[in-house]
Amino acid sequence: MATAAYESAGERSSWLEVLHDWVTTVDHKKIGIMYVIMAVVFLVIAGVEALLMRWQLLQPGSEVIAPDTFNQLFTMHGTTMVFFVGMPILIGIANYVVPLQIGARDMAFPRLNAFGFWVTLFGGLFVYFSFLTGGAPNFGWFAYSPLTERTFARGPAADFWALGLIVSGTGTLTAGINFIASILAMRAPGMTLRKVPFFTWTILWTAVQIVLVMPPLTVSLVMVMLDRQLGAHFFDPQNGGSAYLWQHLFWFFGHPEVYILILPVFGMISEVIPVFARKVLFGYEFMAAATMAIVFISLGVWAHHMFCVGMGRTLDLVFAVSTLLVSIPTGIKMFNWLATMYGGRLWFASTMLFAVGFLSMFLIGGLTGIMLAAAPFDFQVSDTYFVVGHFHFVLIGGTLFGVFAGIHYWYPKATGRMLSERLARWQFWLLFIGFVLTFGPMHLSGMLGMPRRIYTYEMDRGWTFWNQLTTFGALVQAPSFLIFAYNVVVSLWKGKPAGDNPWQAWTLEWTTTSPPPSYNFEEVPIVHSRRPIWDLQHPDDPDWKYE
Amino acid sequence: MSFASLLAVSGGPAQNLSIFDPVSPPAESIRDLAFLIFAITGLIFLIVEGILLYSVFRFRHGPPNGGAEPPQVYGSTPIEIAWTAAPALIVFVMTLVITRTLWEVNVDPKTPPTDSKPLRVTVIGHQWWWEYVYESYDGEKLGFITANELHVPASNLKVASERRPVYLTLQSADVCHSFWVPRLAGKMDLIPGRTNSLWFETGHKELFLGQCAEFCGTQHAKMLLRVNVDAPDDFARWLLEQQKPAIDDAKDPKVAEGKKTFLAHSCVNCHRVRGTSAVGSYGPDLTHLMSRKTLASGILPNSRDNLRKWIADPQVVKPGCLMPAFGLSAENLERIVDYLASLR
Amino acid sequence: MNEGPNLSQGNLGSSALANAANPLPVPPALAPEGHLSPGQWGMITFLSSDITFFGTLIVAYLVFFGRDSQPGGMGGPTPLDALSLPLAIGTTLCLLASSVTVHIADRALRLGRSGFVGLWAATIALGIAFLLGTAHEWNDLINRHHLTISRNLFGTTFYTLVGFHALHVTIGVVIMLLVLALALRGKLAGKSHMTVELVSWYWHFVDGVWIVVFSVVYLMPHLG
Repeated sequence: MATAAYESAGERSSWLEVLHDWVTTVDHKKIGIMYVIMAVVFLVIAGVEALLMRWQLLQPGSEVIAPDTFNQLFTMHGTTMVFFVGMPILIGIANYVVPLQIGARDMAFPRLNAFGFWVTLFGGLFVYFSFLTGGAPNFGWFAYSPLTERTFARGPAADFWALGLIVSGTGTLTAGINFIASILAMRAPGMTLRKVPFFTWTILWTAVQIVLVMPPLTVSLVMVMLDRQLGAHFFDPQNGGSAYLWQHLFWFFGHPEVYILILPVFGMISEVIPVFARKVLFGYEFMAAATMAIVFISLGVWAHHMFCVGMGRTLDLVFAVSTLLVSIPTGIKMFNWLATMYGGRLWFASTMLFAVGFLSMFLIGGLTGIMLAAAPFDFQVSDTYFVVGHFHFVLIGGTLFGVFAGIHYWYPKATGRMLSERLARWQFWLLFIGFVLTFGPMHLSGMLGMPRRIYTYEMDRGWTFWNQLTTFGALVQAPSFLIFAYNVVVSLWKGKPAGDNPWQAWTLEWTTTSPPPSYNFEEVPIVHSRRPIWDLQHPDDPDWKYE
Repeated sequence: MSFASLLAVSGGPAQNLSIFDPVSPPAESIRDLAFLIFAITGLIFLIVEGILLYSVFRFRHGPPNGGAEPPQVYGSTPIEIAWTAAPALIVFVMTLVITRTLWEVNVDPKTPPTDSKPLRVTVIGHQWWWEYVYESYDGEKLGFITANELHVPASNLKVASERRPVYLTLQSADVCHSFWVPRLAGKMDLIPGRTNSLWFETGHKELFLGQCAEFCGTQHAKMLLRVNVDAPDDFARWLLEQQKPAIDDAKDPKVAEGKKTFLAHSCVNCHRVRGTSAVGSYGPDLTHLMSRKTLASGILPNSRDNLRKWIADPQVVKPGCLMPAFGLSAENLERIVDYLASLR
Repeated sequence: MNEGPNLSQGNLGSSALANAANPLPVPPALAPEGHLSPGQWGMITFLSSDITFFGTLIVAYLVFFGRDSQPGGMGGPTPLDALSLPLAIGTTLCLLASSVTVHIADRALRLGRSGFVGLWAATIALGIAFLLGTAHEWNDLINRHHLTISRNLFGTTFYTLVGFHALHVTIGVVIMLLVLALALRGKLAGKSHMTVELVSWYWHFVDGVWIVVFSVVYLMPHLG
């Protein structure tokens, strides 16, 4: 069994050799695992930052955390979650899974792949290094100028922040290029673009988005650096520069970024639900088209983050409508997932629990998104806790639940061991309940007038109860992450052996051993449909007859 | 130090900042739109979540056994078209109602309702306080400056000649801010290098609270907004008082001594007291300081004790704020407080 | 999970493929797909990302165009005052010519004809000539017109946009020099043609971007 070989190899080599092996690896699987580990470490850091903020907001007028420290905390929490948790964890899972799903031996550019991981990690360390220079950046993750100009950000924190994001952004860009080249040029014989597994399809389009929007972010950050270091005037209103331009440039990246964080999850859910409903994905072509539609529409919605900057009602309307249009392909996806479940034989392993948790919570995030698309409503709730609640429903209820579904789904493949189902259920229910308690009340405190990013609030505002509920919810959530970490580590030794295909899934990654050999496949597989294993199991009624 | 007690400006019952209790036409339009959208999205939520829960309970099953699989349904073009068309229809309807509300809320400040008596104020956001330049009222030029507490006249929306809409011109002296008093209107940002406008009009003679809603640096949380809606007569009186230069209580020797001390210190570099040589414009105008209920942008009740505490060391009250502690001697501190307390 | 059915079914073993002998449906023959190579897709993707990179720089240039002379602007040199159109036309011609030479060099290598080294060296020389032109222009701007990146918005946007383009040209020249070194040492075997082709794609792209930059920065002020 490969697992045994894996372990005995571990016993023979010293830890230094193992470290050398991992640091110098160009194997997409090891790089993928390193991405995920990096993301989980940063997730814990960002989670601690969040808990500190919730501690401060437990009571009105609390003085647990100094104002500037609080501002550093939410800046680093946001920056970390988006750049060093969200993207790395998705890129990591895709790095592991995509070559296996398309029947390739590795990514197109293995060394570039390793480079991408390491610069992403260094970018993260670089941003965190600012703590040692007298304080982290304190201007919020979207860094509205002129707060990032020398006048307002005198310390080096802003430089570390901008440089760190330029560096890690380069890593993300190389990952995007690598995914596109791999998926377009290295698919197994017979796997036409119409037959790629759905997760691979969403990664292809995520990569397209990365390629289109990361460079504008890099350019904008370079402009910030030029302003700060060479006295340029891009975002310096005192000398004719434009605070308004930064907002446009940042959100031109920033909104598609949200789809970079959710499209791969759509892909994971589209893998998990069919397998655990024992049915083929309903309406693959429409799902595929909806993915493309989301990518293209999302390039034209950025200014819905800017309804309150006074763009004028015509532009407000344009961006409100383009934003509403995104809800159509997203709705198509939701309906197709439901149709896939409908009439199936649902197997509620923890993986499926997370997938259904995703469906129910992402639905709420999507619907509050529709509310926010209504520009006049945004005049009230923009920059309030309503928005904070909304995007956490999307990014935690959506992305994180989906990522947990994905990790629980592919963990047996990557390690050869099953996760403890009992612990996974504890993790799910604590996370689910804690999540609703944390982010549900935020919508209410926002509509009751509470702006985001305030380190304290007045006692007489009537926000105290909702804030306490939020803090309580955060405390309920916290142990679920510990349980997850414990489960992931301990199951490496204690987990039941997984076998090649524990979920009886149908895509190529389940045809090789668990964990797969470094070369992935002994012989290059030949496929005729989107579910090659189904074809083998049902030679009388194969999928390719219907595709 | 028990800061919590200091912070409670009113200390009384909870204030109302709910977007669902609007008292001004733009906020009312938005509330109506919000209810409509809640109804639409609520219905979608019930349907989708209902189908999800139904599927979960109706089709639950153990792990797959013996290879028997349910019927495989690959898709259906008519169904796909149906659930593309339905959301598209909803998007169309929402576009219409959003357009209507946008055009209601976002009016041209240059054309107030006929016969109305518009008040025009330029609001300038500063790191962490508000400057109000009263431009004109009912066509009459005003031109005085005050800070942090906005006074506006109550309107009678039913009688054209008694309508008193308020038009705010929004600018920023440093970074981005946002003016947000939820019950009066939606928020609008103050962006350096740009000029925005905001409009509201209400008949409710109350105090309305809000605060800066765009992160603007260290003390963003303590950049509070207070809008006093006065009866038109009271407002006219208030205007008259505010337009006067600072009261000079030269008869009171303590005040005279205090004024000398104040003018001799660097207070004057940042603060203005009209009628004196203090003409600084970097900090709030102090001409009629004691006519304000609060200090430091709404965070402290304006009492002699709090004034002393604030001047002695602003960094204790509002850490990170741009006014430094000047290390005044107890004597000079008391004198300056004497003078400021006379600026009614 | 142990409770599932026999998992070995999951393997794409040869026994499963032997089922083709049964009267079961036979999958259609695989249609050969016309693939670009991973390297080609990688280069196309990278260049696409570079389009958005330069697109953003050009947007910033256009947003600030002419703002210095507006009320409240910083004044200082304008594009019309400071930029020399004849010099820019000269450097543009260098780049355009280098696109031609790199194309012929690429073809020569692909078809096994002689002349690759000479044409490749000519391309590098034209690239260096372009950079020298830029250096001359910047020297003139800084020392004669006193236009620096902090002088005004024109300086800010001009140096950033043109500077990033020059950086691309520099990187291209360095890579072409490496290829030249390999060629001179006879290590540019037939298989390396792909590398040369990708470098030439990059070079054409850099030239294409320059046409846009030239039009926006040097021609536009003369149009109105």
